[in-house]
Amino acid sequence: MNATAAPAVFAPWTEPDAVPLIHLNGVTKEFGSFTAIDNIELEIFPREFFALLGPSGCGKTTIMRMLAGFEDPTRGTITIDGKNMAGVPANKRAVNMMFQSYALFPHLTVADNLAFGLKRSPMPKSEIKGRVDEMLRLVQLTKFASRKPHQLSGGQRQRVALARALAKAPKLLLLDEPLGALDKKLRQETQFELMDIQEKTGTTFVIVTHDQEEAMTVASRIAVMDEGRLKQVATPDRIYESPNSVYVADFIGDVNIIEGSVSLVDGEKAELQWAEGARPIRAMSGQGISPSDRAAFVVRPEKVAIATTEPSDMHNRVQGTVEDIAYLGNMSTYHVRLADGTLVKAQAANNRRISRRGITWYDTVWLSWTDTAGLILSN
Amino acid sequence: MRRFTWFNTISLTLGFAFLYIPILILVIYSFNASKLVTVWAGFSTQWYGELLRNEAFLDAAWVTLKVAVISSTIATVLGTMAAFVLVRSGRFFGRTLFSGMIYAPLVMPEVITGLSLLLLFIAIGLERGVFTIVLAHATFSMCYVSVVVSSRMASFDESLEEAAYDLGCTGWDAFKSVTLPIIAPAVISGWLLAFTLSLDDLVIASFTSGPSSTTLPIKIYSSVRLGVSPEINALSTIIIGLVTVGVLVASVTSKRAIALQRQQERNAGS
Amino acid sequence: MNLSRRLLIGIPYLWLLVLFLIPFLIVLKISLSDYDISIPPYSPKFDLSAGWEGIKDYLGSLDFENYAFLADDPLYYTAYLSSLKIAAISTFLTLLVGFPIAYGMASAPEEWRPSLMMLVILPFWTSFLIRVYAWMGILSNEGLLNQFLIWTGLISDPLVILNTITAVYIGIVYTYLPFMILPIYATLEKLDGSLLEAAEDLGCTRISAFWLVTLPLAKPGIIAGCFLVFIPALGEFVIPSLLGGSDTLMIGKVLWEEFFSNRDWTVASAVAIILLLILVVPIILFQRNEQKQREAAK
Repeated sequence: MNATAAPAVFAPWTEPDAVPLIHLNGVTKEFGSFTAIDNIELEIFPREFFALLGPSGCGKTTIMRMLAGFEDPTRGTITIDGKNMAGVPANKRAVNMMFQSYALFPHLTVADNLAFGLKRSPMPKSEIKGRVDEMLRLVQLTKFASRKPHQLSGGQRQRVALARALAKAPKLLLLDEPLGALDKKLRQETQFELMDIQEKTGTTFVIVTHDQEEAMTVASRIAVMDEGRLKQVATPDRIYESPNSVYVADFIGDVNIIEGSVSLVDGEKAELQWAEGARPIRAMSGQGISPSDRAAFVVRPEKVAIATTEPSDMHNRVQGTVEDIAYLGNMSTYHVRLADGTLVKAQAANNRRISRRGITWYDTVWLSWTDTAGLILSN
Repeated sequence: MRRFTWFNTISLTLGFAFLYIPILILVIYSFNASKLVTVWAGFSTQWYGELLRNEAFLDAAWVTLKVAVISSTIATVLGTMAAFVLVRSGRFFGRTLFSGMIYAPLVMPEVITGLSLLLLFIAIGLERGVFTIVLAHATFSMCYVSVVVSSRMASFDESLEEAAYDLGCTGWDAFKSVTLPIIAPAVISGWLLAFTLSLDDLVIASFTSGPSSTTLPIKIYSSVRLGVSPEINALSTIIIGLVTVGVLVASVTSKRAIALQRQQERNAGS
Repeated sequence: MNLSRRLLIGIPYLWLLVLFLIPFLIVLKISLSDYDISIPPYSPKFDLSAGWEGIKDYLGSLDFENYAFLADDPLYYTAYLSSLKIAAISTFLTLLVGFPIAYGMASAPEEWRPSLMMLVILPFWTSFLIRVYAWMGILSNEGLLNQFLIWTGLISDPLVILNTITAVYIGIVYTYLPFMILPIYATLEKLDGSLLEAAEDLGCTRISAFWLVTLPLAKPGIIAGCFLVFIPALGEFVIPSLLGGSDTLMIGKVLWEEFFSNRDWTVASAVAIILLLILVVPIILFQRNEQKQREAAK
């Protein structure tokens, strides 16, 4: 994504005078001696679809619960829409949450579930029914208004939970693993539905997920978290193309990691000495590396080309033996063992029929990649 | 999966015969014309008539019912509160003592519970009567209620309450409009359990009742000690009839509700 | 801590303190007092107006005399021993009667099981007293059991059962049977039928499969059932009083008589305290068993 090429692109984080909706200022949360959130600094802008991504226990849910008002930060302040949220309980915040378990009230009908928050808001009674109908239409559940939650399918329940959280038109909607309970196909459909609804309502969404594909699909920006810290906050393409650490590179998508020591840093370019007698790898330089540091070269498998003849025009080229081929239909992943024992994965599109493919098990092959394909990151 | 053998058939038949024949005989002999309970002298409903004319029994029945309704209601309120404390309150000063006091009465012999309460009432100079029986019954049945309710609470999805807060509820509002309706079945069974425990109790009531407040079990016990009487058979038959009808109605309604729910769930898929 | 949370904890806490813990402490205190012909019939009496000296005197005059008396008089320790014996034997008998029923229920077709369960629970909801009473008419000398046995010609003179220890056993087995059946049924019902098939596949006969697989797996249920019968049976009053004879010594009955007939509150209190001390052991064992089961279920 290039902000200057397309002026219509939504990227308030690049605008210096944009006012954030949420500001986490030095927020730390401790549970006893365990630090769940460690001094986090984060701004989220209006109308953003922001994803908190990380493995379970990384603290993403804790951030969400602090935004909702179920937990208070141990140190630091949370500001929403310019107001310090310290001491403001969950029921007084213009923030609503869609729970992982959906938390639909089992004793109330779909319509009553949707009206639940409205009845506790200043909205006049006469307008509540209209608003409920509007929400039912938004999630296409008008026919199911008088059903109880247990009479709905998983996907329908998910939509009721979403509609209920949106009914009060919150400034901020929190979604805790909203699609976790759905099967894969339904999940992919629902992701687009979510983006659609977010665009229609103009609400700021903060989603918590451990599914990187989901985060990449829906989010305008992703915060990758680990052990209570933010590892990187950036747009999905930047997270994928230019991760700032081996951790982020490894967490998002498939990646080859080759360790070694930095032999040269020249502006954006760098070289990594990785094996005795081998030619150094030439790649883009990551942040904060200097010569003779321990570092790692990371490159995505789809950026590694595979060939039976030596591509002598490429600087980065290595020879190895095909150990495994994973046939994925549209593409195949080749697992290639190099002379020093390193395993490198290369991905190639299957644009020919399988019978005419030239590479098979135990073939000696050449792997190559351009000087800008990979990154050298500090370890 | 497992084979149902002749051995199983025989043990079930004999077992249920053992459980039900004594009750059946009791019921049959309540319709015996003879005063002698052991000799059948023809069908008669005279003992039911005598029972209804026996003021002492009717008074005792009224006292028992009053005690049971009031004490089980108090026990349900206190027991539900205690269940919340046990499941939700985390650590607080004296928690171990609290849970000990909830579970101890469940295994305490009735004679000791009765004795200790009587000694308390005497020590503080409280005159024994309906009030003291109510206090005693509410105390031991609240422990049963809290066990029933807390086992339901343990499986309660707390995010439901958080959702209620998130949608603008205050604490009491969330309890009233979300928690209580969901745990209601457990609260109702707790009440029913407390109610039957109170109806049934002889020992604790004997210790805590005064001369003016005899309950039905006390009345039955004192007349039964002198031997078997057809009037007691008639009274027992009435109680057994009421309980059987009550339990069957309760189980059929709950079964219906479950069946209905299953059917709706099946429809939901389409 | 906010006010509503304080009230939530405080109200049931206070209720139990006043109506459970304090009464128990009073029993403890009276058990250490001396019998006295007065109202109430013990001394010393607690008197706050005497001040600190009064309290010291008061504490000084408490002693273990009643406990010494319990140890001296054979009536009491034989009553404890015979309660333990009766509770143990009747628990074993209840197991013998209850296990085949639970086993039959668990082996029955699945659609029968809720009804069978109902049939076991139903008597439990009807009055305890009435169920004990029902046996009085059956077991007496002219009762139906003797009439039946004489009619069949098995005996010529009526058996004396009512007011003997046999009647007490029958009464306990009968009234506590559901407590034994339900936990055993619960473990047997969960038992995977393919385990038995596996045992037979590996060469067991049906009977050895029962001994080697079913029984060990049903053990937690059997233990729970035994405690659920043993603990209340130990302090039982109604059954020995209605079905037992004057020679059937059970501690619940002794306590009742000591209190209501002899009006000796101090000895009655000491009897209660010793009974509780005896009960502590099975209660702790029972809790351990439950704990283990809960952990196993996780």
